[in-house]
Amino acid sequence: MKIEILGMGCQKCKALDLAAKQAVQELGLEADFDKVEDIKKIMKYGVMITPALVIDGVVKASGKVLSKDDIKAMLK
Amino acid sequence: MLQEFADLLVYEWLGLLPGTTMGDAVNFFVYDSIKIFLMLIVIIFGVSILRSYFPAERTKKILSHKREFYGNIMAALLGTVTPFCSCSAVPVFIGFIESGVPLGITFSFLIASPMVNEVAVIMLWGLLGWKITAIYISSGLVIAIIGGYLIGKFKLEHLVQDYVYEMKVGDTEIIEQSFVERLQYARSYTKEIVKKIWMYVIIAIALGGFIHGYAPEDFLTQYAGKDNIWAVPMAVLIGVPLYSNAAGVIPIVTALIQKGMSLGTALAFMMAVTALSFPEMIILRNVLKPKLIAIFIAILTISIIFTGYLFNIII
Repeated sequence: MKIEILGMGCQKCKALDLAAKQAVQELGLEADFDKVEDIKKIMKYGVMITPALVIDGVVKASGKVLSKDDIKAMLK
Repeated sequence: MLQEFADLLVYEWLGLLPGTTMGDAVNFFVYDSIKIFLMLIVIIFGVSILRSYFPAERTKKILSHKREFYGNIMAALLGTVTPFCSCSAVPVFIGFIESGVPLGITFSFLIASPMVNEVAVIMLWGLLGWKITAIYISSGLVIAIIGGYLIGKFKLEHLVQDYVYEMKVGDTEIIEQSFVERLQYARSYTKEIVKKIWMYVIIAIALGGFIHGYAPEDFLTQYAGKDNIWAVPMAVLIGVPLYSNAAGVIPIVTALIQKGMSLGTALAFMMAVTALSFPEMIILRNVLKPKLIAIFIAILTISIIFTGYLFNIII
């Protein structure tokens, strides 16, 4: 599984990154993490409001910091 | 009811005397703080629910290939409800341009969005009343419409960084949310904003109360009154470095108005605070050539100063 956090290095991106890592860890899953800060890659996903969460190439949420539990629900 | 609570707290429990400068100042502070926080929580929550129906992707589709002027009006109005922070300015800009939103219309959106934001509107409404709030909102919208319209008319597309036009933007579907999800979003957004600004609000209301109670009447009339021709440009100059901090500025402006600052000057000052933000300009530097940033700043500055003079004359 591949998890990408899109955002140009703002506070909220860090918070989302942390929540996603905790969610994966608590579920005992394996995932590759990538923080995407390059605007060209961000735009490729069509995301305009950051931070955004991308799981296996699919945009799951944009413009909000999901909680650990929200992400867990998406991963199950 | 709020006033009764403030009286009870200040005059009974704290034992301060009504009619004394100290007693009145503290009463004023307690009443205003409670009122503003209640308004912030209730209104931001409501606005966030409304906003969840206007994601940037939908706004982009509405504005794509719109006609001039009519499109500028739409963009300014949508700018007030689409959730947006300056950290997303670059992807929003590219997304808009890429999907065929004309440059001038994109600018109307970018001007209106920070200027007519909910925190500024709530603070104005709570402290200065609905009339001044209505004047602020309508002049903000007019500036966004005309500013964007002018940038469109000047045909400045070549002053956008070239890579923007070569960008490939993926198509996303708008993720539909259930009402419960919208409520959750509204709750976390309200919490986030209140957490960010509560300290500025309290300090500013305290400082405003202090000015209200202790500064001599009319001490500003000479400097910031209608008759000082330099007051408006000076107010704009002072407002620029206080970027985006409407929460901390409006309570102080309220007190300054009571001490003789004229309304036009106060409006120009608040608009400079919300609309002319250095960090946002630096972020926009990623997508705009310096000349376009300079034109953008010039148009905003001139129209804010004009608005200041206009209301100093007519009110």
